[in-house]
Amino acid sequence: MTVAIIDYGSGNLHSAAKAFERAAREAGLDGTRIVVTDRPDDVAVAERVVLPGVGAYADCRRGLDSVPGMVEAMTQAVRGRGRPFLGICVGMQLMATRGLEYETTQGLDWIAGDVAPIAPSDPSLKIPHMGWNTLTVDRPSPLLDGIPTGEDGLHAYFVHSYALKPVDAADVVAHSEYGGSVTAMVARDNVAGTQFHPEKSQRLGLALIANFLRWRP
Amino acid sequence: MLKTRIIPCLDVKDGRVVKGVQFLELRDAGDPVESAKAYDAAGADELCFLDIAASHENRGTLLDVVSRTAEACFMPLTVGGGVRTLADVRALLLAGADKVGINTAAVKNPDVVAAAAEKFGDQCIVVAIDAKRVSGPGEPLRWEIFTHGGRTRTGIDAIEFALAVSKRGAGELLVTSMDKDGTRSGYDIELTRAITDAVTIPVIASGGVGGLDDLVAGVRDGHASAVLAASIFHFGQHTVGEAKAHMAAAGLDMRIDR
Repeated sequence: MTVAIIDYGSGNLHSAAKAFERAAREAGLDGTRIVVTDRPDDVAVAERVVLPGVGAYADCRRGLDSVPGMVEAMTQAVRGRGRPFLGICVGMQLMATRGLEYETTQGLDWIAGDVAPIAPSDPSLKIPHMGWNTLTVDRPSPLLDGIPTGEDGLHAYFVHSYALKPVDAADVVAHSEYGGSVTAMVARDNVAGTQFHPEKSQRLGLALIANFLRWRP
Repeated sequence: MLKTRIIPCLDVKDGRVVKGVQFLELRDAGDPVESAKAYDAAGADELCFLDIAASHENRGTLLDVVSRTAEACFMPLTVGGGVRTLADVRALLLAGADKVGINTAAVKNPDVVAAAAEKFGDQCIVVAIDAKRVSGPGEPLRWEIFTHGGRTRTGIDAIEFALAVSKRGAGELLVTSMDKDGTRSGYDIELTRAITDAVTIPVIASGGVGGLDDLVAGVRDGHASAVLAASIFHFGQHTVGEAKAHMAAAGLDMRIDR
């Protein structure tokens, strides 16, 4: 199985690739090949597609668009051929209809909704929402299999000032509490996304990545 | 619920840890990657590398250390020391740092902070503030920014500076008291609180930790989102686990994933 991690100039993908390799190894998924790639051809034929993303929304969208044919290849693999897809952080936010960070930017519109500033009800809460938070499950997902959630569960590492608010609440798999509900994970059909960084989230992260590698939506 | 972070900080010089991590039987106590793995396993919430030599010639060595650490540890890593230009920030992020600390360059030219935040996102820009008390006895408390390891006084008010860089795109502040650093007498709580209460971004307390109660005070009284410490961990006085248990017993919300 080949997993394509899309490289569009958004930061270091080496550690993400290493996390996927380790998760595959620990899960006994022999024959899993992790490819960090900026070639649409690799993405079009991959069995699984991962879109990371760090930075500002518009900047990431521009970066993705600057790779000729990449959005088309992703769309073909994910929407056309039903390959499992995982968006991470801004990669997850790009699945939304629009991003509202600094300027309005069109997303991929795979999950209907906007990416808007987090506005905690308690004004003393700091922005960015930075650090380790627990997940509260809104609906069961195989991607969370075996992962302890809730207040006493494992923690995920977040660092973001904007969050995706899906139009259809059923798209939300899990949220975190930060002066209100912050979308932590979304999924619909064969696409999923995490606001947190699984590649930085130690045990929870490696377990989630392994679940994604086994996922048969 | 978001948890308070504990961040061990390793001073790195020419690709080696200065003074070394002595609490574990590491094969090579001077290897930052070995130390990072040990802290990863110990449950540290983040890790900080500070390049204290920060010479231009040895930049490649630091980048190599960062990249080997990022490959081995699946936890957030902040790297600071000698970061002057956007190219420096980019090189560290590409090597695998999650956040980059900017210190002297931000004091000399706050535009660097704005430009770096715009380019790479404010979540990865940490402005490191080294401050010293300059108010005399009986005067209202006042701190100034010092650079060059506390030797150079800038005349810049620490709180005004913190506010200014937070508005220009810093995602987090690392506030070190130069009066307290190395004294093991606790953080400068008034400084930490004055800055934390003035800004809307997270603040990491730093400088002066001598025991676990100091960590508690940094959060409870200093209002910090995270606490940074070096020697109490490196020399085996306390483990990260003990620190978390102590802070949790004091009523703070800690990440204890076991």
